[in-house]
Amino acid sequence: MATTQAVHRMEVGDEDDIIAVRRRAREIAEHHRFDTFATAALTTATSELARNIVVHGGGHGRAVIEEISEGARIGIRITFEDDGPGIADIDRVMRGGFSTARSMGLGVSGSRRLVDEFLIESTPGSGTKVMVCKWKRF
Amino acid sequence: MRGGQIPILQIGPTLLATVHVELRDAVADAFQEDVLAAIERSGATGLVVDISGLDMVDTYVARILAETGRMAKLMGTDAVLVGIRPEVAATLVRMGYGMEGVRTALNLDDGLALLGHVLPVR
Repeated sequence: MATTQAVHRMEVGDEDDIIAVRRRAREIAEHHRFDTFATAALTTATSELARNIVVHGGGHGRAVIEEISEGARIGIRITFEDDGPGIADIDRVMRGGFSTARSMGLGVSGSRRLVDEFLIESTPGSGTKVMVCKWKRF
Repeated sequence: MRGGQIPILQIGPTLLATVHVELRDAVADAFQEDVLAAIERSGATGLVVDISGLDMVDTYVARILAETGRMAKLMGTDAVLVGIRPEVAATLVRMGYGMEGVRTALNLDDGLALLGHVLPVR
């Protein structure tokens, strides 16, 4: 069972917030001495999922960054939540089939390939929640 | 703030754009337009875009960069993207975006060589 060591809650409503959230994710990854590949992967997934809130999630939501540990392992878990229209066909989104004006439709499906754990929940009409976790490699 | 944030230099027949700042959406869009305007103005036959200063490239920025190369090509200018860092290359490919259709080179020297535009040796 992972233990949460620190929590950072951030609002996501516009492009400045996307940049702020991914910067914070990078700072925390660097603070814990994640390697450059893991840091870039987490930062990029953060950018994609924060952008997803702004573009598809009704334009407003939250990102919660948690510094977690499990035994000797150190991880970073980020939860992206919006109150937008939700996703009717999650399978299609995860196949990367959506192409939009602001991304290539690879944002959400691509993010899953960058992290160690990925969870998406969505109910049409009541928003979307995406949780990602990246563990530090030894 | 639009335009002019990313310097575009002319070296002989080649335009060199060095992306050294985090690309905000508006800056990325303006960069695309600035590059195309510079191609028209200069008549350059080659374009090198150096992104060695970027420690993260998400799909939005990747799309802008790939599009810029294709747009330059439509105008008759060969484009080469150089300086993609190891972690950026790994991240893009893992996401399923290998920048297909975009010519790339390890660094500025290799990019210029690929275009056949070699800097004079002093």
